[in-house]
Formats: sequence, structure tokens, C-alpha cells
Amino acid sequence: MTTQDRYTLNARNMSVFYGSFKAINSVNLDIERNKITALIGPSGCGKSTVLRSFNRMNDLVPSARVEGEVIFHNQNLYAPHVDAVEVRRRIGMVFQKPNPFPKSIYDNIAFGPRISGWKGSKTEMDDLVEHSLRNAALWDDVKDKLKASGLALSGGQQQRLCIARALAVEPEVILMDEPCSALDPISTLKIEELMMELKQRYTIVIVTHNMQQAARASDYTAFFLMNAERAGEIVEYGPTGDLFTNPKDKRTEDYITGRFG
Amino acid sequence: MDAPEEKPTSGLPHGAAMQRNIVRRRRKGTVLRSIFLGSTLIGLVALAVLLFTIINDSFGLVALDYKVDPATLSDRPLEELSRDELVVILQDNISSNAFRTLERTTPMAQRSEGDVLGLVLERVVKQSVAGTWSLTDSLLNRSAIEAQVAAESPAATLKFRSWLSGGFLTTPMSSNALIAGVRTALFGSLWMIGITILFAFPIGTGAAIYLEEYARDNRFNRIIQTNINNLAGVPSIIYGMLGLAVFVRLLEPVTSGRVFGVEGSNGRTILSASLTMMLLILPIIIINAQEAIRAVPLSLRQASYGLGATKWQTIRHHVLPGAMPGILTGTILAVSRAIGETAPLIVVGASTFIVSDPDGPFSKFTALPIQIYNWTSRAQGEFGNIAAAAIMVLLVMLLTLNSIAVLIRNRLSRRAS
Ligand SMILES: Nc1ncnc2c1ncn2[C@@H]1O[C@H](COP(=O)(O)OP(=O)(O)O)[C@@H](O)[C@H]1O
Ligand SMILES: [Mg+2]
Repeated sequence: MTTQDRYTLNARNMSVFYGSFKAINSVNLDIERNKITALIGPSGCGKSTVLRSFNRMNDLVPSARVEGEVIFHNQNLYAPHVDAVEVRRRIGMVFQKPNPFPKSIYDNIAFGPRISGWKGSKTEMDDLVEHSLRNAALWDDVKDKLKASGLALSGGQQQRLCIARALAVEPEVILMDEPCSALDPISTLKIEELMMELKQRYTIVIVTHNMQQAARASDYTAFFLMNAERAGEIVEYGPTGDLFTNPKDKRTEDYITGRFG
Repeated sequence: MDAPEEKPTSGLPHGAAMQRNIVRRRRKGTVLRSIFLGSTLIGLVALAVLLFTIINDSFGLVALDYKVDPATLSDRPLEELSRDELVVILQDNISSNAFRTLERTTPMAQRSEGDVLGLVLERVVKQSVAGTWSLTDSLLNRSAIEAQVAAESPAATLKFRSWLSGGFLTTPMSSNALIAGVRTALFGSLWMIGITILFAFPIGTGAAIYLEEYARDNRFNRIIQTNINNLAGVPSIIYGMLGLAVFVRLLEPVTSGRVFGVEGSNGRTILSASLTMMLLILPIIIINAQEAIRAVPLSLRQASYGLGATKWQTIRHHVLPGAMPGILTGTILAVSRAIGETAPLIVVGASTFIVSDPDGPFSKFTALPIQIYNWTSRAQGEFGNIAAAAIMVLLVMLLTLNSIAVLIRNRLSRRAS
């Protein structure tokens, strides 16, 4: 079994810079297929930066630069001939604040497939929209108002719409950057249940500030801290159960017990 | 409230000192508030005075003198006669030669009723204006005016007249203020503005997209940006001179329509004026559009890129629709500036006396501000009145455009949310 059968993404000595500022220092991280990996750590330690480096969203920041490698299907995402547009189609993203397009629920879902060269019929698109909404556990809430604006939904529904929208372009990995931080506890639980469903078909990487969420929902956890130069580093990485019950590093223990940052 | 004991150790005021301090801070706010109210009032008063002057001149008494009393021509008022009856009067009262000349320019059967009425008033009645009075004068000093007219020109009749009327909009320019209208100028302005928008909107939006979305932040692009910002403040007469040099002279074969097979015109056409106006308003459109594009939330772009959209797809499907209300509003506001501009039109050579409707981009033309400028510089009082009426027409046009801008903005931003 090769690494890339077991793992979807492998970060190798990945460092990220914003201009001359080193935000991430030499991170090595193997993301296992069909598992949920949580990235935790105090604010500003670079969790979002790592996540954005996994689907080249950092390209949108003009000053950002990535060193090292991120391997996906035996291919470095930062190799010169790799197209960021393709990377983002195969590695989807859900953001901290729900950001549906100011369009109908239907068009929110259909947008991704359409711009990616969808060739199917209208009925096939209807099916795809329904399928994506069902997978995001939103179908029953919205099946009667697909023409309504996506912005008319509640915060939790909007976030599930964003997940459904990401699913519609059939990615292999879904990156989630604090997807529940703007949501109430009930909506948060719904998203967590949804993640458990989705991991059977997708690999999920989630940034979270919520220790319970990481402990409840994830299979692996990576704990980040800033080093002396304020660059983010991995302090400890392992199966979530081990990391939370039996942390190897004193700093991890301090953080998860709330004695830290 | 009972003040607690003073605490001399702290730099913060306490007790009575704190209350005095609050009163002082409040008083400062009150003073500023009345100053702001004052500024608002000054603005309102200025606007009211402007409107008052224009309305005051657009309506009022006019003393009309005749060589021939209209009552001797017909037993009904001339305005109530049909075209055919008017033609008969005209034929009976001018020489057959003169009638034939008129018939040859435009056959009577093709002339409008107002047109024929104008001819009758001009050629037969030989109407002239003995005096005009403003609305306030007419209302307040009517008896004094009547006495004055009776003394100075006993033959004249005093009538209340609205200089702004349906006929004013539909009759062309004339050297007789009583029958002159703004039709030609109105069409000229509309043609010019239409063509200006046709060029300025896509070019301005395109430039804004380039500058906001594609241009790197380097010295070259910063220089371009600074220049655009500065161009927005260049006096309009300078654009007029640029338009004269480039569009009227240099590009004459194009702007006169010769390369398109239009014969017999020079470069002083609607097209030249439109292109000059385009230059004038492009900086404003670009700056407004850039601002609108910048205001599209980053989260929307991220969502689009995150689904695998290319840059252009993101611009096309999210940035432009999101920015469109702002771009359109900016364009319309810029265009309403262009409608009122006079100086560049004078420089690129708008005609001041022209009676035929413009029929396309290669026509000679006049425009509302030119017409107004022309009329206000005449000595006779009645031209002041029709100038005021023409200003009302221009103002209505501007208000209409601005309301459209507001409507578009509300409609589109409602759809966006
Ligand atoms: N677009 C950016 N430009 C410059 N610096 C950035 C940018 N985004 C993040 N950073 C910096 O990188 C560091 C890590 O930020 P981030 O990845 O957002 O941390 P986290 O998500 O863990 O809170 C911070 O010091 C932050 O200031
Ligand atoms: Mg973050």
C-alpha cells in the first residue's frame, strides 16, 4: 500500500510566507483518506493559512508564497504545470462565514457544475441539485423553495447550502475553515453530524476553535502553535483520542485543558 | 443624582467636576449641531432661489402687439382654428409668390398645425412683444402693468402666458421667441447622450475591471491610476479643445461620416460631440466603477474561486453583477453632468441656429445648454423667458436621469439580497 492510497494529501516541509513574513514553518502533515482531520491552535498560529495552502486559495493573496510540497495523487500541487482552477475543483472549501451567492438556492448549487463545463440536461441538473442538497442534509428544508434566494435561509442552512454547493462539483477533499463559528449550537451539531456522513465519501480537513468539536467529530488532530519567530508549527499530531486523553507535549495538554492562549 | 465624594487621586473628574464636564461636552455637540443645520439650510435656500428664479421667468404676463388684429382674420381665436382654415388665412393675406415659396420648402399638407399657426402669426398678424413680466410681478402688480401697457402701447393686448408648453417642446428653433421651441436642441441632446453612453459605459467599465482585477500594483499602473483621478478634475473646456483637435479635425473623415459614405458634412457632428463628452465623463465612470467593484465582498470571490471558477468567470458571474448597481449609478450621474455641459460643445462647434432635427451621428446639431446659452445672451426680454423654460426642460431631464439611477440601484440591490 503506497502512501497515496492511505493518504489524500501530504504536506512536505511546507512553509508559507506573506511577503517576507514567514507564517508557517516547515509543516509535515499527512491527511488520511475518508477521515476527518482537525487543525486546532490559538488564533493567528496559521491554521487558515495551512488550509488555504491545500487548495491553492493562497494564490489569491498576491504576497503569499508556498515553499515545500503538497502531494495530491502523487503530484505536487505547487508544481509549475499544475492548474489552480483544477486543484480547487477537486479540493473544495467551506468558509468561516456562510457565503452563499446572492442567487437562488438552485443557482447556488448549479453554479459550480455550470462553470466547470457541465454538459448534462436540465433534468440531470435538477437531479444533481437535489442530490447535493440531500447530501448536505438540506433537501427537506428547501425542496419547496429552490427558487428562493440563498440569503433568505438561516445561518446554519446557509452553511449547509455552501457545503452542498461544494459537493456539487464532486470534489475529493473538503476543507472547512471554522465552519461553525458563526452558528448556534443546534446548527453546529447538524453540521457535525453531516461531516460524519460525508467522510464516507470525502476526506475532510476542518479548522476549529472548539475543543469539544475537535474531540467529538474528528479522527485526527493537529495542534499548531507559533514558534519564537511567530511562525506556525505543528506541536503534536495524532489520532484525536490519543491527543486529547494522552497528549505527549506539555503545551498540548495546557491548550486542550484551557490553561493556555 | 447625588455626586459621590471627589477623589483627588485620579486624573478623571469625579462628582460635581464630572457633571460639569459632561455639560460642557454636551454643549459642544449642540453648537456643532446648529452649525450643521445651518449648512443644510444654506444649501436648501440656494436650491429654492434657483428654482424660484427659473419658475418666475417661465410664466407671466406678456403684452402682444399686432400689425393686424387677429380678430379681423377670424371670428374665433387663431389657436382654435384647424390647419386648413389657417392655410386659407395665410393664402389670403400674403403674396402668392411668398406662399408658393413656402409651399416649395415644405408643402402645406405636410406641415403641422402649430407650424402653420406660427407662419400666420409671423407673416400675417406680424405679432411682436411689447413687454414681458415675471410671475411675481404679474401676480402682484397686475393693475400697474395694465396701466403701463395702456399708456405705452395702446394697441397691445395683455395675456398670461406659460412659456413652457407642449408646443415649446415640439417646435424647432425660431428667431421669433413667441414661436421658438427646443425640439431641435432636445433631439440633439438626446442623440449626443445616447451615443456618449454607448461608448463611455463599456469603455469605462472595461477600464475599471482591468485596473481593479488585472492590473498589478506596479509603478506603471499606479501612474495610470493617479492620472485618471486627476483627469476627473480637468476643466471641461480643455476636453472641448482636445475634442476639436482630435475628433473634429484629425478624425474628420470618421466623425463627418465620410468613410461611411455620408457626404456633405464636416467634423462638427453629434459623433464628435459625443466622443468629446465621453472623454469628459470617462474618468468619473471609471472611478465610480472601480469603487463599486472594490465593494464586492471578498467572501463572494472566494466562494467562486473555491468552486473552481476562473478569474473571468468570477468577474463575469459575481463581481460584475454585484458591482452593476454602483457602475450604472455612476454612469448615469456622469451622464447627467455631460447633459449640462456647454463649454466643450461650443468649442467642438455645436450650431446655434438650426431648425432641422438631427437624424443620426453625422448630423450637425445643437443641444439644450447651447440653446439656453444662446437665448440668455439675447437682449430682448422674451428670450430670457424661453431660456428659463428651456432650463426647466433641462432640469426635468436631469431629474429624470437621476431618478432612473436611484430606481436601478434599488431594483438591483433588492435582487442581490
Ligand atoms: N492575507 C494575509 N496577508 C498577510 N498576512 C496574513 C494574511 N493572512 C494571514 N496572515 C498572517 O498569517 C498568520 C496566520 O494567520 P491565519 O492563517 O489566519 O491564522 P489562524 O487561522 O490560525 O487564526 C497571522 O500572523 C496573520 O497575520
Ligand atoms: Mg483562521
